[in-house]
Amino acid sequence: MPLYHNDDQAMLKDSVAPFVAEQAPVSHLRKLRDSADATGFSRDLWAQFTEMGLPGMLVPEAHGGLGMGHMEAGIVLEEIGRNLTPSPFLATSVGAVAALAKAGGTQAGRWLPAIAGGEAIIALAIDEGAKHRPERIATTATRSGNGFRLDGKKSFVLHGHVADMSIVAAKTDGGITLFAVPKDAKGLTADPRRLVDSSLASHVTLDGVEVDADAVIGEVDAGGEILDALLAATRTGAAAEMVGVGQGAMDMTVNYLKERKQFGKLIGEFQGLQHRAAHLYGEMEVARATVMKAQQLLDEGSEGAKLMVSVAKAKAGRAANLAVREGVQMHGGIGMTDEYDIGLYMKRDRALAEYMGDVHYHIDQVARMNGY
Amino acid sequence: MSELDAFRTEVREWLEANCPAEMREPIRDEDDVCWGGRNFKFKNAAQKAWLDACVAKGYTVPDWPKPYGGAGLTPEQTKILKQEMKRIKARSPLDSFGIWMLGPALLQFGTEEQKVHYLNPIARGEIRWCQGYSEPGSGSDLVSLQTFGEDKGDHWVVNGSKIWTSYADKADWIFCLVRTDKTNKYQGITFMLFDMESKGVTTKPILLISGNSPFCETFFDDVEVPKTQYVGEINRGWDVAKYLLGHEREMISGGGAGGDMLSIGGAFAKAFGKNEAGELDDPILRAEMAAFDVDVFAYRAMGERFMDMWKTGRAHPASSNMMKYVGTELNKRRHELVMSGGGSEALEWDSEETKGGARARGWLRTKANSIEGGTSEVMLNVIAKRILDLPGA
Ligand SMILES: Cc1cc2nc3c(=O)[nH]c(=O)nc-3n(C[C@H](O)[C@H](O)[C@H](O)COP(=O)(O)OP(=O)(O)OC[C@H]3O[C@@H](n4cnc5c(N)ncnc54)[C@H](O)[C@@H]3O)c2cc1C
Ligand SMILES: Cc1cc2nc3c(=O)[nH]c(=O)nc-3n(C[C@H](O)[C@H](O)[C@H](O)COP(=O)(O)OP(=O)(O)OC[C@H]3O[C@@H](n4cnc5c(N)ncnc54)[C@H](O)[C@@H]3O)c2cc1C
Repeated sequence: MPLYHNDDQAMLKDSVAPFVAEQAPVSHLRKLRDSADATGFSRDLWAQFTEMGLPGMLVPEAHGGLGMGHMEAGIVLEEIGRNLTPSPFLATSVGAVAALAKAGGTQAGRWLPAIAGGEAIIALAIDEGAKHRPERIATTATRSGNGFRLDGKKSFVLHGHVADMSIVAAKTDGGITLFAVPKDAKGLTADPRRLVDSSLASHVTLDGVEVDADAVIGEVDAGGEILDALLAATRTGAAAEMVGVGQGAMDMTVNYLKERKQFGKLIGEFQGLQHRAAHLYGEMEVARATVMKAQQLLDEGSEGAKLMVSVAKAKAGRAANLAVREGVQMHGGIGMTDEYDIGLYMKRDRALAEYMGDVHYHIDQVARMNGY
Repeated sequence: MSELDAFRTEVREWLEANCPAEMREPIRDEDDVCWGGRNFKFKNAAQKAWLDACVAKGYTVPDWPKPYGGAGLTPEQTKILKQEMKRIKARSPLDSFGIWMLGPALLQFGTEEQKVHYLNPIARGEIRWCQGYSEPGSGSDLVSLQTFGEDKGDHWVVNGSKIWTSYADKADWIFCLVRTDKTNKYQGITFMLFDMESKGVTTKPILLISGNSPFCETFFDDVEVPKTQYVGEINRGWDVAKYLLGHEREMISGGGAGGDMLSIGGAFAKAFGKNEAGELDDPILRAEMAAFDVDVFAYRAMGERFMDMWKTGRAHPASSNMMKYVGTELNKRRHELVMSGGGSEALEWDSEETKGGARARGWLRTKANSIEGGTSEVMLNVIAKRILDLPGA
């Protein structure tokens, strides 16, 4: 497969890009932020997403979805990134769907159609500290009656306070097990915190939460593989969103260079700025190609996908970070104002950079996968 | 089985039968590279057998049309052939400026007669070419070149000098930019081809910091060039030159992907030793190498995307400048790490164990990557102007 969008994918982009830009431009984020919105995203917008079939893009057709791939989901995520659109798409439609589809069984049958129908928001309760360390999950699930009892604390759970279901990763006797914990489970509390990018993420406490045996996603002790699928999808998705954030910031900046005059010239005429902008362009193009490669390998079910996913998350992280830093700097003083959008890009980049492993985490993974 | 799968199977079988085991070993030194040409001496029988087999099949230039020595493969088929050659770590059967640079320009601008006449010997590795662009006063500002061809009716008489002419002393022919109209800067240059054995052509080697000297100053003293030996139109050679530079960049930027070395950290962990946790035993170097590996894997993806887009006409014409910039800066970083990882051993200049100081010399050689074929600064200028459309650039 060639590494560019085929005709169908290009068509998808042609319909999604204007839709997101019109319905959820950066002003949409500002409105939610300035009204201290307690949900963290717009339900109306999610209903519009649903009309277009987007929440179920990755859901298999047998479960009422479109059965598309990561390449297609990436197209939506890039536009979400470019417009800084607050949305449950990444966690629900990419991460949760990847896990449920991989696991199959009761929970897949219960939740996948609901996701495709736009009825269910899903949270991913994986991390337990300030840094992403899925290797060190301490939350426990102990057998109790016909089911399990969950105890532990989770952090950085996007949409945790409004999710209809949370996918909770916990330690069981023989490994990791994933559980579908419904919103109203007793002992489950979600304490939402507003983050630097105005999104809401929760500290989740599981205090003796009782779930039935059929809450297990997949098989007991065999959640490692499902978690891997969830992580690979979410990391690749976050990388695609970061490409959108970086591209949005870069476009704004390049346009500004063509408008702003100082010393009697457009600042874009100064070679000092031209070279930095051109360097940034190169980094963004490489990051985009890398994310597409990861999407392609995931869609092919290739063995090389895991390595490329970490490469993509690291590379997109570096490139988008460069884009927002250069963006603020090249805007000069105005880039520091709340009124101007470029600062919002810097904030979103920081949140996405931490999500599911930062640059350093993934560089370290690449070293490990290469035997050093 | 799809047609492409069938082609892959066919290629696999052909490679198995035709690529000698010696040609699947990593390149160790310059002698392992097959440059072809009138005076080329093959290192061994395997090198010659591999070239002959590829020539017969059109695989030295797989995507060129058959009448010009190619195999007439589609972009998809060419990609498969490359993947399969890479899979068995096959060496390139023929390295040649004729293939990388002149060939594509002739395919684009040459007459039918010129194509048949010049491309076939290139594909067969019979004529080795060198590039006469730069002059002592005209490097980045190439269009200021002064070498002059005086119109003598059926031929020109060329006088002037070129610099940095790679392998001028080994080349059979030169493709050369010559001013034919002094009144018009851009539209006064003609793209000429001539034999390096022509009367009045002399070369003088330039010793580089790597201690090697494949580069030359080249002098033209009343060299007669027949009026049949130019490409494109008279005085419009700049168009040909620019097109060719795009391909030159494509070739030079390939170094960024790092050839056979998959992971620099993986390669060094073996030599360097690991700590109890199984990590390279220098945490800072480990981190730098891993960050570099990320960039290399990423650049490979970019290389694949660039080729897919370039071959199907989807790439921005100036994207080769971006590839050149990113790739060459990456390759320089690789060799800095190779030197760091090698420690004092990598400093040795001519010992046998270090194959004549291969690492140190290789490291120094890469510093030219961001100069030859247009400097990094000039690449950034072009991106700013042609892709980002910045003012006044
Ligand atoms: C938080 C804050 C507090 C401040 N406090 C004060 C204060 O108390 N009093 C006061 O008077 N001012 C104050 N300033 C203003 C400050 O001095 C200006 O923001 C600064 O001089 C830059 O000017 P500018 O914002 O107009 O950016 P611009 O001059 O428009 O610059 C935009 C971009 O172009 C680049 N650029 C401009 N010219 C060139 C060139 N020739 N070559 C290369 N690049 C160029 C800049 O480096 C920048 O990246 C403050 C600014 C901030 C952000
Ligand atoms: C190993 C090697 C092999 C080569 N092989 C060949 C060959 O086979 N045939 C051939 O014709 N040529 C060849 N070259 C020549 C090569 O193309 C030139 O060296 C190159 O174009 C740079 O020109 P210059 O050396 O004159 O540097 P200059 O143009 O003098 O540049 C000096 C410095 O100024 C910077 N600079 C110049 N202009 C600008 C600008 N507008 N903006 C910002 N910075 C600028 C440059 O980036 C550089 O850092 C080779 C060079 C090397 C080193």
